[in-house]
Amino acid sequence: MEVLLFAAAALRISVPYALAAMGAAVSERGGVICIALEGIMLNSALAYVLGTHWSGNPWLGLACAMLVGVLTAWLHAEVTVRLRADQITSGLGINLLAAGLTRFVLVRVFHSSSNSPRVEGLPEWNLFGLAGLPGLGPLLGSPLVLLTLACVPFVWWLLFRSVFGLRLRSMGENPEAAASLGLRVASYRTQGVLVCGALASLGGAWLASEQHSFNDGMTGGRGYIALAAMIVGKWNPIGAAAACLLFGTADALQIRLQGSAFPSELLQALPYLVTMLVLAGFIGRAVAPRAVGVPYDPEQR
Amino acid sequence: MLAPTVSLRDITRTCGTVLANDRVSLELIPGQVHAIVGENGAGKSTLMKVLYGLFQPDSGQILVDDRPVRLPDPEAAMRLGLGMVHQHFMLVDTLTVAENVVLGREPTRGAGAFDHARAEREVGALAERYGLPVDPRARIGQLSVGAQQRVEILKALYRGARVLILDEPTAVLTPQEVDELFVVLRALQRDGASIVLITHKLAEVKALADQVTVMRAGRVVGGGRVADCSVEAIAEWMVGRVLVPLQQRSARAPGATQLQAHALEVADDRGLPAVRGISFQVRAGEVLGLAGIDGNGQHELLEALAGLRGPRAGRIEIAGRVVSGRDAREHRQAGLAHIPADRLRRGLVPDMTLAENLVLGRQREASHGPWLGGRALNERARGPLTEFDIRPPEPTARAAQLSGGNQQKLIAARELGTRNADAPQIRAILAAHPTRGVDLGAIEFLHGQLLAARDAGRAVLLVSSELSEILALSDRILVMYEGRIVHETTPATTDERALGQFMTGRHSPGAELTRPSPTGSPR
Amino acid sequence: MSQPRANLAAALVLGAPLVAVLAALAVGGVFIAAIGESPLEIYALMFHEAFGTGYGLGQTLFKTTPLLFTGLAVSLAFRAGLFNIGVESQMYLGGFAAALVGAYAPLPGVLLLPAALLAAAVAGSAWAAIPGGLKARFGSHEVINTIMLNFIALALVSWVGRGLFEPATVRTRDVAAAAWLPRLDRVLPALAGSPANFSLLIGLLLAVGVGVLLFRTRVGFELRALGLNAPAAQAAGVAIGRTQVLAMALSGALAGLGGVNFVLGYKHYFELEFTGGAGFIGIAVALLGRNHPLGVLLAALFFGGLSHGALVINQRVPRELVNVLQGLVILFAISAQALTARFVRRWS
Repeated sequence: MEVLLFAAAALRISVPYALAAMGAAVSERGGVICIALEGIMLNSALAYVLGTHWSGNPWLGLACAMLVGVLTAWLHAEVTVRLRADQITSGLGINLLAAGLTRFVLVRVFHSSSNSPRVEGLPEWNLFGLAGLPGLGPLLGSPLVLLTLACVPFVWWLLFRSVFGLRLRSMGENPEAAASLGLRVASYRTQGVLVCGALASLGGAWLASEQHSFNDGMTGGRGYIALAAMIVGKWNPIGAAAACLLFGTADALQIRLQGSAFPSELLQALPYLVTMLVLAGFIGRAVAPRAVGVPYDPEQR
Repeated sequence: MLAPTVSLRDITRTCGTVLANDRVSLELIPGQVHAIVGENGAGKSTLMKVLYGLFQPDSGQILVDDRPVRLPDPEAAMRLGLGMVHQHFMLVDTLTVAENVVLGREPTRGAGAFDHARAEREVGALAERYGLPVDPRARIGQLSVGAQQRVEILKALYRGARVLILDEPTAVLTPQEVDELFVVLRALQRDGASIVLITHKLAEVKALADQVTVMRAGRVVGGGRVADCSVEAIAEWMVGRVLVPLQQRSARAPGATQLQAHALEVADDRGLPAVRGISFQVRAGEVLGLAGIDGNGQHELLEALAGLRGPRAGRIEIAGRVVSGRDAREHRQAGLAHIPADRLRRGLVPDMTLAENLVLGRQREASHGPWLGGRALNERARGPLTEFDIRPPEPTARAAQLSGGNQQKLIAARELGTRNADAPQIRAILAAHPTRGVDLGAIEFLHGQLLAARDAGRAVLLVSSELSEILALSDRILVMYEGRIVHETTPATTDERALGQFMTGRHSPGAELTRPSPTGSPR
Repeated sequence: MSQPRANLAAALVLGAPLVAVLAALAVGGVFIAAIGESPLEIYALMFHEAFGTGYGLGQTLFKTTPLLFTGLAVSLAFRAGLFNIGVESQMYLGGFAAALVGAYAPLPGVLLLPAALLAAAVAGSAWAAIPGGLKARFGSHEVINTIMLNFIALALVSWVGRGLFEPATVRTRDVAAAAWLPRLDRVLPALAGSPANFSLLIGLLLAVGVGVLLFRTRVGFELRALGLNAPAAQAAGVAIGRTQVLAMALSGALAGLGGVNFVLGYKHYFELEFTGGAGFIGIAVALLGRNHPLGVLLAALFFGGLSHGALVINQRVPRELVNVLQGLVILFAISAQALTARFVRRWS
């Protein structure tokens, strides 16, 4: 039971990471770095709370979250794909903007600079009696957890087995080649970023639904961790999800060990260290899509 | 003769201020190979980009099957049956052969699912039909260059190309791969395709083409049935006779060896041997001209000599110091100056000022202790700027604002060291295509400066594809072909025609190497 | 390119940040109007609060100070073609190191302040040199590494702080008075009551220093050449890897020194997460200041003024408006930059 509870905790923590990391994999495979994950999640979390608060229906809240997440991603796509501005800076700008905007709305709407009132979480599902399982039950009853589990193979299929994925990956590796065959680079890259926005927005909605409220800065760097997990997972949604599970386990362990003599803070730093080692080529080889981060300029051939 | 598939009529296209194509016409006949030859910058690539919808002509007409067409983009060209094999392959390294071939026209299984199996089957069948051996499941990144090229051809065929444009297809191939390519092209030819072969290797023209069109400076300067043209005639058309005013050259005995390469071997970017065992010496007060058609290893040789590419084997000495394997700074410190072939990429920092560019590479000598910059830097730029007649002579202007000729003069002012107070220690100069793409006045000036550097006792290695330039400036001439030195001579004992033969590999390597030269043998 | 066109291009390049600021203020104005207030009135109020009184100006200068340091740090790395997103943690560790020396080092009084300053610079520098070295040695991207190091620094300090922090707090012991940086109102009574301190002067000196380094020394010359055209820099004999590490180390030193504004000049202790995002706003500062020390100073003043001016409007408009403006300025600035670059290229 103890083990099961721990596994449930680790899985629970991994959910938003995994959603955002899979989104980042889609975006980066298409050639757009998405440091904006943090901002997308933050905006979506607030949108979930607002939507649920006003409508009383968490499903409408979820729809709001997705809409806002996709809109935030669209802003990133406009700036980086259409205007061809620097992708990293745009992501950081969007993160700052989201931090400010959510606080602004929080103060304006709920007259608090720290948190919203309590809202409903997403209701439980009892598919195949999964929710009744000991230990893992409450987790597997959550629709977003099930959705996340379903997303892992689906996003993999989208990237590696669909026509869209084939074309998208060619945009991230060699957009000139894709363009020379008449494919529209900007369109595919934008779609990749939007898919990323949709996935990351689910992560944001999950956070808000779990905590039944919005707290200022509640993503707490999860977007950056997701990005790191995506790198450790080598730009593959399954790898990224697995890395998220690893990071989530480290997190859960750290929470367990808090207050004990064990230096749990070092455990907290572990995912970042692993990422740096992977990046330097010490653990396997992580090769980014070749054209990632490079704006595609059809005039420069 | 069959009716032409494609006719180009009076195509004119300017690129920037340059007339890249000047009323160019040609016809492509089904089942024939049409070679378009010319030196770099002759306008071949521009013409093909017009034909493939990448460039729009300023005037002129394109006819496909006798009907005038507009080609706003490559898609339109593909629809009309035109296919292009780019010199730099347009392939996605991480995808498989089949995926690359079908990209953009993928077979599906409904619901957006990519039908891998069918793609592989279709590509496999296509490859077999045209005798292009390549595994549809292999990843591009793991294929040899020759196999990658076959994938490019398959891409065009998959899209139903009747006209296949190949842009310098043999530039990156090994001799065996060239042979294989020719087999494929002949098969396509028998199948009724029109093939356009852009090249500057005349042996290939003779071996493969039915028709040839020679371009120079944007114009068609000759051509016809290959059977009716001698290689000598084509070479003469190609190289032309640019009127380079002959410079007064003082006769003087060369001094000590300043730049030396010994059994040098250098690989290209793909790791294939580009320089295959080259030895030579350049002495003080001597211009050694290195003639050769682009792509025969000169680029790699120059990068190795400048310290930008480590040689695989052999030794480089500058003023008696062994510098091979060291970085560019140590080469420069040993006394090397370098006028690179690509001025905007290697020679200048376009966003820096003229004054700053004038000390680039000499920043150590030009600084006072740690200090470098400010009014002093600008003031010391005025001398070279006026003496080299660089316009505008503004030390604070950015190099990007200058014309090509002025940019080249800026580099020369820095590297030749004739009037540069900081550079008395320059012993050897690499001058790579020092007058490419500049106007006649600037050419004359730069030639004068190169000879002045020689007369000031520097050793000059001049690499150029302009034979007139080589002949006008050199004391000795080496000819490079396929990574080797195949001939050594002097301007007095040779001419463009003779050099052209060696440059195009018409003489077997080694046969002429034993001929002694008046200024000393390379060994 | 002809001269008038070149001038126009230069004007566009210089004008772009201004346009970006105006555009951000305009969008911010929409937010203000949306909650029923007058944008002009609000902006006027903010401006008056930030620059209209001695005390207000002092507060603005206090908030400008860390942004000046981080802006300089980001821009110095940027000049060498490196994106230092780790400025936040370099500043954090700089502040921590200054506090450790100032509060715990058994040094004589006269040495304490210089030692604390040096510790701040060295800590930031060492932390930044890590991604610099990884880039030079393994080619791994400095952006990801600096982000990772931001989080690692947080964890590291929390861990070390466990045994160090005052009971039931997240701060160190007070720094010895000998290591304090005096407040500016000692010499400028007009600023009375504001926490602006001598860190600002250090920052101004460093701005001049960065300008001199970049535009008057050989090292700066090589650093800029590397950032503008790496192949040409290589051909000119610039040691690329070494220059990259150097640029990151200097950048980190600047960021680390920025930590003393809070630690030695204001609270006189180190506190968890005291930097509060100054490192990230430093990216906006560098961007808006076009990586020039003078531009960085002006941009830091702008953001400093915004952040103090926001306090006075809080009754009418949530002061978080300022964070919104920060994000908007970044997005508009890079968009304007990309657009002008495209125009300029098309002309030349």
